Amino acid sequence: MPHKTFLSFIWPSLVAMLLFIALPIVSVGFQSLYVEHEQVLVVGETCGPFGCTEEVSVDAAAMAALRAEQPAGQFNGLGTYTNASHLATDEIAEIFATSENFSEIRNRIMNLPFYKALIFTLSYTFIVTPLVIILGFIIAVAVNAVPAMLKGPVIFFSLIPMLVTPLVGSLVLFWMIDSRGIIGAALQSIFGDPSLSLKASPTLTWITLFVYGVWHSAPFAFVVFYAGLQTVPRDTMESAMVDGANRWERIRFVTIPYLMPLATFIALMQLMDNFRVFEPIIGFSAAASATSLSYLIYNDLRAAESPLFGSAAATSMLTIIGVIILLLPVLRQNWREFNRKT
Amino acid sequence: MSNPAETKPLPIKVITISVVLIWLFLAAFPFLWTMWGSFKVEGDFFSRANWFNAITGPVTERQHGSPFTLAGYEGAWIEQEFWKAVINTAIVTVFVVIISLTLGTLGGYALARSGFKYTFWLLMAALVFRAMPHVTLVSGYLLPFFQLNIWGYLPTTIIVLVAINQPFTLWMLHSFFLSIPKDLDEAAMVDGCTRFQAFRLAIIPVMWPGVITTGLFSFLLAYNDFTVTSMLLSQENQTMIPQINAFLGSTQEEGKVMYAVAAVVSAIIPLFVLILFFQRQIVSGLTAGAVKG
Repeated sequence: MPHKTFLSFIWPSLVAMLLFIALPIVSVGFQSLYVEHEQVLVVGETCGPFGCTEEVSVDAAAMAALRAEQPAGQFNGLGTYTNASHLATDEIAEIFATSENFSEIRNRIMNLPFYKALIFTLSYTFIVTPLVIILGFIIAVAVNAVPAMLKGPVIFFSLIPMLVTPLVGSLVLFWMIDSRGIIGAALQSIFGDPSLSLKASPTLTWITLFVYGVWHSAPFAFVVFYAGLQTVPRDTMESAMVDGANRWERIRFVTIPYLMPLATFIALMQLMDNFRVFEPIIGFSAAASATSLSYLIYNDLRAAESPLFGSAAATSMLTIIGVIILLLPVLRQNWREFNRKT
Repeated sequence: MSNPAETKPLPIKVITISVVLIWLFLAAFPFLWTMWGSFKVEGDFFSRANWFNAITGPVTERQHGSPFTLAGYEGAWIEQEFWKAVINTAIVTVFVVIISLTLGTLGGYALARSGFKYTFWLLMAALVFRAMPHVTLVSGYLLPFFQLNIWGYLPTTIIVLVAINQPFTLWMLHSFFLSIPKDLDEAAMVDGCTRFQAFRLAIIPVMWPGVITTGLFSFLLAYNDFTVTSMLLSQENQTMIPQINAFLGSTQEEGKVMYAVAAVVSAIIPLFVLILFFQRQIVSGLTAGAVKG
């Protein structure tokens, strides 16, 4: 296909992506170098029947003029990246200089908002992803072995937790784990502790979010593995049987190696999706004990008075760098395959 | 099965059946429970006395004279005007699906038929774009949108959702068009068609299975979106999912929680119907990327 025809087919889609994905990334990079204007204060005197008092107030007109002139705020260089709510370089240096042991360092770092969010995001990504793959595989093998009339309904109901949006799915579970809901009440009676609440401790909240993540994504792994199982070559399976492989050995040495490429695919998709975990934190009202990078950005943009564009943009840039690091191995592998093909 | 080596001993049968049943229960029960509970009052759905109340509904019976009540739905749909959000969601999803499929089929077709190296780079860029957390993009939109005064309107959100959806649509349709033999459109071109005519006459008639599958996922993205719609739409143009989140903020008073429960169930029902009719297409769409690499 000549370049010109190619371009005439692809330009609408290309323009959409450039305008609304590439350009915003540039805009984020630009915004991250700026911070909000400092407030212009005026001192005014208010006189009442009991004498005059001096009052400091924000000069709204001057602020508006300043904002109109420089909508992005004032230039701050990399200041936003290194401040206490992002990379916190000074704080980290101080923590390493003054702490005595590892656990103290860990605890103090966990108090810095960016690192707290980063650690949660990474734990979520790297705990949920393998669990999803394992659980999805187990369900796929089990469903593959049950009578055909069960398969349809199982697939139907499995798709629901995945296709329902995370906010709604997490709300459904959130209401059930409420201490007055069915799961919350059941846990209380199992552990014989009427004050037990999954929302109270950070550890339990983290576990709840992990469980939610697995519940939400396992169906995806299940469906992909199940489709893969239908294509496992019968000859290989039969020759393994002839060679005397038992049930477990057939799974271990035939099925699993055959499904390995699918596992890589699921892992890639899951890494991308789990890294942006965000809605469950809102659904479970878990922000007090667990925040993710995406949540930090959302929170900055939702700031009560005016959105903190600079801070949100700096976190966004750091998140984008994280995504690229996460994708590097995949990109490299794709590049090699492409070179081999051409 | 005729093959005696494939008959399973009893313990394995029991294990597999119980794994499947446990999973079925885990996947389905929360939704069925919430649907059932949405017809109760708060005193039953969040029962301090006994969880069994959520099933029998004694408090609901005392308050409304029957163990089922539509009070939650009435409150959400009429009092809180959830119907407006439903209409907005319908507008957004319809337009997002139509526009992203139009752009996506053209682009995906071009990517599948062009052998140049830049197609690879475009696909890789699309992969990176797909991985971008949506909220990072949103933080790039807000300031320019405020400046241009296009913040808060449905068309803006529709275009943004189309763009965010493009990488995925391109990948999916690209791999679908790869599976349509090249000979088909090349034969048409030998017969004197231009590339565009070949696309219209030879490809469009056979592309519908792939387009429908891709369209389902575009629908899901637009329907389920929370990040973009909640940040880019003004209060009166709000769609369903952000509206549900807004309910939560204002539902601290007794009884209002049930509005949110009713709204959540209202948002789930269309998905149930969708899965019921399109289960096969959804499954094939989920696995399409995997099988073709």
